[in-house]
Amino acid sequence: MSFPWSKEYTPSSPAMVWLDEKLPLPRLVYGAVGAGYEVPRNLNYMWNFGFLAGFCLIIQIVTGVVLSMHYGADTSVAFNSTEHIMRDVNWGWMLRYGHANGAAAFFAVIYMHIFRGFYFGSYKAPREMIWLLGVTIFLLMMATAFMGYVLPWGQMSYWAAQVITGLFGAIPLIGEPLKEWLLGGFAPGNATLNRFFSLHFLLPFVILGVVILHIWALHIPGSSNPTGVEVKSESDTVPFHPYYTGKDGWTVGLFLIIYSLFVFFMPNALGHPDNYIPANPMQTPAHIVPEWYFWPFYAILRSFTQNFLIFDAKLLGVMAMFSAILIWFFLPWLDKSPVRSARYRPLYRKFFWALVVDVLILGYLGGAPAEQPYVLISQIATIYYFLHFLVIVPIVSSIERPDPLPFSITESVLGNDSAATLQAASATPPAAG
Amino acid sequence: MIRIFSILVGLFFAAALTWSLFWDTLQLSKDGLPKSAAHEFGKAHELKPLKLSSDGPFGKFDQAQLQRGFAVYKEVCATCHSLGLVSYRSLAALGYNEAEIKAVAGKATVNALDPLSGEMKDRPGQPADKFPPVIYAGTGHPPDLSLITKARHGGAAYIYSLLTGYETNQPAELLKKFPDSKTGAGMYYNPYFANLNIAMPPPLASDGLVTYSDGTPATKDQMAKDVSAFLVWTAQPELDQRHQTGWWWVLFLTFATTLGYMAYRNIWAGTKH
Repeated sequence: MSFPWSKEYTPSSPAMVWLDEKLPLPRLVYGAVGAGYEVPRNLNYMWNFGFLAGFCLIIQIVTGVVLSMHYGADTSVAFNSTEHIMRDVNWGWMLRYGHANGAAAFFAVIYMHIFRGFYFGSYKAPREMIWLLGVTIFLLMMATAFMGYVLPWGQMSYWAAQVITGLFGAIPLIGEPLKEWLLGGFAPGNATLNRFFSLHFLLPFVILGVVILHIWALHIPGSSNPTGVEVKSESDTVPFHPYYTGKDGWTVGLFLIIYSLFVFFMPNALGHPDNYIPANPMQTPAHIVPEWYFWPFYAILRSFTQNFLIFDAKLLGVMAMFSAILIWFFLPWLDKSPVRSARYRPLYRKFFWALVVDVLILGYLGGAPAEQPYVLISQIATIYYFLHFLVIVPIVSSIERPDPLPFSITESVLGNDSAATLQAASATPPAAG
Repeated sequence: MIRIFSILVGLFFAAALTWSLFWDTLQLSKDGLPKSAAHEFGKAHELKPLKLSSDGPFGKFDQAQLQRGFAVYKEVCATCHSLGLVSYRSLAALGYNEAEIKAVAGKATVNALDPLSGEMKDRPGQPADKFPPVIYAGTGHPPDLSLITKARHGGAAYIYSLLTGYETNQPAELLKKFPDSKTGAGMYYNPYFANLNIAMPPPLASDGLVTYSDGTPATKDQMAKDVSAFLVWTAQPELDQRHQTGWWWVLFLTFATTLGYMAYRNIWAGTKH
């Protein structure tokens, strides 16, 4: 199999000729992540987070599969079996801390990846499908992370399940039966824990499948780049291997160092202490808060405090929280500016940074108690969040006068495209050996 | 068309939020910011500093202190609090030998299945057993202490502050402002506790409640420190191994990443980007 974008693969040894005829796996690797994939030479470090996200998914699947060998999905043993992993399973603490902090790392990386997309207009034609699949992956990740958080059956696990399934109860008419159907009862119980475990095991492999589609869709038009100018000639690109395998390789090391500092030296820094208290349906925690990576969306949920027109406040909160992500699906059509990169969009760039600040504020507020003055601030921040995507982006994209774009990637790198032919020679990989 | 629709949806959410904002501001201007006794008089956010040898990335348990802390747990805490996730065999990490562990376990009574009669029977504890449940008949719900330092904000410093933070008299200002927070019968005032009044009587009320075998004077402060250190161990018995492994692993990663970085520089040398 090969991609329209990639170079044709020619097997160099009889063994590879044989294999390529029977199963074109070498062709696939060559075209996907090998020397056959031509990538813009000017990618900055923001382009490393896609590879890192894939790496995080692998960490989660490997640690998760081993953890599931020791975990018991039954409300009477779940909490203690988690502690059994921490205390009695060889290197169990490393697996469990690695998995919990791995989820946090995965989200940190994914947020960088998504905001890279916002800044450099990665969602624009012809890359809409990559973006749509990416948002789908993010939604699946959120579902997976939520269900995983329920598994240790601590206080926060139990009450998170209660609150999140309760959101479905806000839907008119079908809300209550839907909630009971999701829970398998009137409150989170054994049926809930078992189905969450089953789905938590299944969904990562669904994510893996969508990731493959995401990368496939990427290889149709090829990678975007910080200028947003499409590749025009050979001198604009370098082969993925060894250039970007080398660059991704060392950043994986850097990522692992930061991740390991959390796992080994501050494994509980990102978690909530209440989840070390066994689940108790009779006692509500003082503050129910999700993990940090859900805080911005939790703040949006809680900012609707009054009924509006025919809409119940809780229903509005639920609608807004889901819409906050669902509107990303429409972004390729809301932003009609032909210029991709915010480097050449002075007005959009200002609003982009305002969005970053806004989301950080929402994040802080989502972790704070649901009381004043936090609620007031989160109402203002939520207004800006929706106005940004639904009003500002469409309007800015039609009134803005973008800065002049470079003629080509080569010109933006070298300052002069006439040197293209000269530089093309140095853009070929060094000979093996 | 999609943009007009999107702007309308955006304005709808903005309007709904402005509506909430309007009423909440009105409410806030009437009520002012929320006040509670715990907010104003609680000390949960200003815990007493506690330095333990297990702190920080180079932290390592101090076995002598853990043994002293275990003594405090046995003599004082164990009256009401269980330690259900810890097994006797794991006391080896405190420096006890097999005979000593057998002796400690043997003093406990464990209710277990008797293989001869097929009935649940009491028998002396064995190293493989976990600390048995504690039957508590008084008011309140003494929590299991195995994970307590991980299950409270502030960890060991919180336990230390709570144990040494009892006050005999409530501040007069507190009683004036929040009469509901008056310490009730059978309760004790402790500003480090979440709602300021706790059902647990001061457990370390006087010096010398335990006799330390290493001769350390058992002051109230010393006992509180030692038992806090011990409870760090019960919550994270893996700490020593974790720190040690962590340093070797990070050292290796730094080496490998440096090599990776040099390879990357080598590959890109001469290619402007």
